[in-house]
Amino acid sequence: MTIYIRATGNISPQKTFGHPPFLTDPKEYFGNRLTCIEPDYREFIDAKQIRRMSRIILMGVCAAKECLQEAGVVIPDAIVTGTAYGCLEDTGLFLSKMVEYNEELLTPTAFIQSTHNTIGAQIGLILQCNNYNNTFVHCGFSFESALLDGMMLLKEKEVTNVLVGAIDEITNISHTILKRMGLYRQGQVSNLDLFKSNPVAARLKGTIAGEGSAFFMLTNKLSPADYAKLDALSTFYKPKGIKEIEHHILFFLAAHSITFKDIDLIITGKNGDIRSDEIFDQLQQRIFSNNVLINYKNLCGEYPTATAFALWMAANIIKSGKIPSELGYKGLNEIKIKRILIYDQYQSIHHTLLMISTC
Amino acid sequence: MNELISDLKTQIIAQLNLQDVKPEDIADDEPLFVEGLGLDSIDALELIVLLQQNYKIKLSKADDGPKVFRSVKTIAEYITNHQEQKI
Amino acid sequence: MSDTVFVAGVGIISAIGKNVAECLYSLENGQTGIGQMVFLDSVHQSKFPVAEVKLDNNDLAQLSSLNNTKSRTSLLSMIAAKEAINDAGIENIDLLRTGFISANSVGGMDKTEKYFAEYFYDNQKGRLRDVVHHECGSISELVADQLGIRDFVTTISTACSSSANAIFFGARLIKNNILDVVVAGGADALTKFTLNGFNSLMILDEQFCQPFDENRRGLNLGEGAAYIVLVSEKVAASLSKIPSVTISGYCNANDAYHQTASSPDGTGSFLAMSGALKKSRLQPSEIDYINLHGTGTQNNDIAEGKAIKRLFDPHYPKMSSTKAFTGHTLGASGGIEAVFSVLSLQHGIIYPNLRLTTPMKDLPFIPVTDFLKNQTVKHILSNSFGFGGNCTSLIFSKL
Repeated sequence: MTIYIRATGNISPQKTFGHPPFLTDPKEYFGNRLTCIEPDYREFIDAKQIRRMSRIILMGVCAAKECLQEAGVVIPDAIVTGTAYGCLEDTGLFLSKMVEYNEELLTPTAFIQSTHNTIGAQIGLILQCNNYNNTFVHCGFSFESALLDGMMLLKEKEVTNVLVGAIDEITNISHTILKRMGLYRQGQVSNLDLFKSNPVAARLKGTIAGEGSAFFMLTNKLSPADYAKLDALSTFYKPKGIKEIEHHILFFLAAHSITFKDIDLIITGKNGDIRSDEIFDQLQQRIFSNNVLINYKNLCGEYPTATAFALWMAANIIKSGKIPSELGYKGLNEIKIKRILIYDQYQSIHHTLLMISTC
Repeated sequence: MNELISDLKTQIIAQLNLQDVKPEDIADDEPLFVEGLGLDSIDALELIVLLQQNYKIKLSKADDGPKVFRSVKTIAEYITNHQEQKI
Repeated sequence: MSDTVFVAGVGIISAIGKNVAECLYSLENGQTGIGQMVFLDSVHQSKFPVAEVKLDNNDLAQLSSLNNTKSRTSLLSMIAAKEAINDAGIENIDLLRTGFISANSVGGMDKTEKYFAEYFYDNQKGRLRDVVHHECGSISELVADQLGIRDFVTTISTACSSSANAIFFGARLIKNNILDVVVAGGADALTKFTLNGFNSLMILDEQFCQPFDENRRGLNLGEGAAYIVLVSEKVAASLSKIPSVTISGYCNANDAYHQTASSPDGTGSFLAMSGALKKSRLQPSEIDYINLHGTGTQNNDIAEGKAIKRLFDPHYPKMSSTKAFTGHTLGASGGIEAVFSVLSLQHGIIYPNLRLTTPMKDLPFIPVTDFLKNQTVKHILSNSFGFGGNCTSLIFSKL
């Protein structure tokens, strides 16, 4: 069965919401924290409902609505979301009040908004959708699990369309804690220069924090406006070295009768940190040596569900047929792109392979 | 009483995050739940905490909620009665 | 697509026992696990009865072979998962495509809230190792790594339906020929975060809960973990102990009514139960026992009751809520009740609904109040309904 990406919706640190021209004006950030460019939510959601929604829920609901609108779908057959951290702002808020008031006089709103499936649930509630609704919360596999669930539902013929999305936010509390853990770059690095010096060669440590909310409408029926075919998805966990990684990639391609020659573009999950990027450099010398490679985390930052941004980017490249020249890849914007392989990994633990192609 | 009603309106708007609603938009007698402002059961819980936090009054029975919170005026009356009893 | 998914093993740890045998003993002897709070250090300690696992973290660490600095959720999860895998007794499991699908509601929150107590006053304070496993998925990975499962690991979190969703996601992975064996279920440890969260919703009972009683006052929180080992037909046929229980039906539907409350007529519950029946191709009259979600709140029990009335009238199967024994274990509840359902089929037993003194006047059925043996039990429906209107029903059947 063929699965198509019918529509998308994306709120990210780039100008992506509202389907503007595709990445023609990349936004520059200085420092180690990228923040989403958000719309005025009151244009999309009733004020009475907004009051019960924290920022991450608004991001989720809005991106989902944009996706549904583009798809021309009012009530999807299923809603599946992925979020690694869940609703951090409300979690932090409730924890703070709990400590401050020593467990007395606590109000419920922050608590009920902190549960991980609140984003998916709010989408269902606003749409009055009684259909399947699931939420995956597994670190760097949260989006991939949601995607797999959606793909299985389509293959099982339980549904004809699925709304699949991934959302993660940064809060002041989470950023402080992750900074303490040594995840991020020091100093005022520009995100657009993240790969200016090869992080591996320059032995640079630390990446930049990102966040985002990206939704996709998957269907099993072709239509003229579809972005791309979603050919295949595979994940592997804690591989034991470069040989095992290569084995997974080669097996993935062989299972779908694809060779490296058939791939016009590889989007990698390099994030500017030598600890994560070493593997991509090695692959570039080895099995990826004859392919065109580009990165994406300089645009959206690093976060567990960043692969959703990569898929959004890939889908748009397939739809437009080329890489936007504004991304700065000299000489690449004339290449006709028909098939893309995304190879992403999060903290060297969660590895993802995604393949999409023209319809 | 009028000052209390006015204070309550401001506090309710803040506590329930009622964006775009101003105190003058809420009539003293206007039903707060289901119709009128359209508040729900979660809001009722928030108001119970508001009463405790700002006025040190604990609702003796949770079932009294619908009566007490019917309108801003009934909340003000409840507060006044219970504060008088305290004295 | 492989059609039938078998249950090859079960494992559980709860307030009523640290393994299957102990839990069965408590169920048969009407011994509830609800009582005074002992291990959780909360200002509400003497106010709310809870159903704690009767072991401290040092004892749990020993049983699980994980370090005692790890989250209590991971310790519970490991103990139950290990028992389930041992029970399944799959030789050469390393050669099979094996997955771990776990569920929990607040991850390593028991440690995070300790960290936060210091962090709140000074953001350079607090031990980082207490928040390293805050994420729900991190807890699953601690256990997957210890079990040696690497082919597929993921985590679901949909409040009180979490582990039920994990179980049927696992079944679908086998049916879609992605995996051969899946260890599926969930875990949740009691935390101040959840205790205070539920208290702010005013749905906690200050006495021992009475699910499906006319005068019920609310729920008692509990903690625990439970997993079932699902296998494909091919793997089932290769086992020395051939499984007799299958997962024959499942459905997830959404109430889409309110963030926490159920719709008065239980729309989501009705859709989940009828969807599961449709999947299993069974008629309502073929269900022998319903393990109710039955939390003991005014709202859940009437909504669930009305949905059952709508679907089953006039043939009501025997039914009970086991939360009167285990408390409401949130992310673990679907898993715990799935294990109870499987045991019920294997042993021909039905559990009592404890402390039911006055049946609900709006419902035309009464849950069972005695432990029943030598029952003919062929098909069991297990309900798990969570916040966000997330409703899941599973059906287990005996061959």
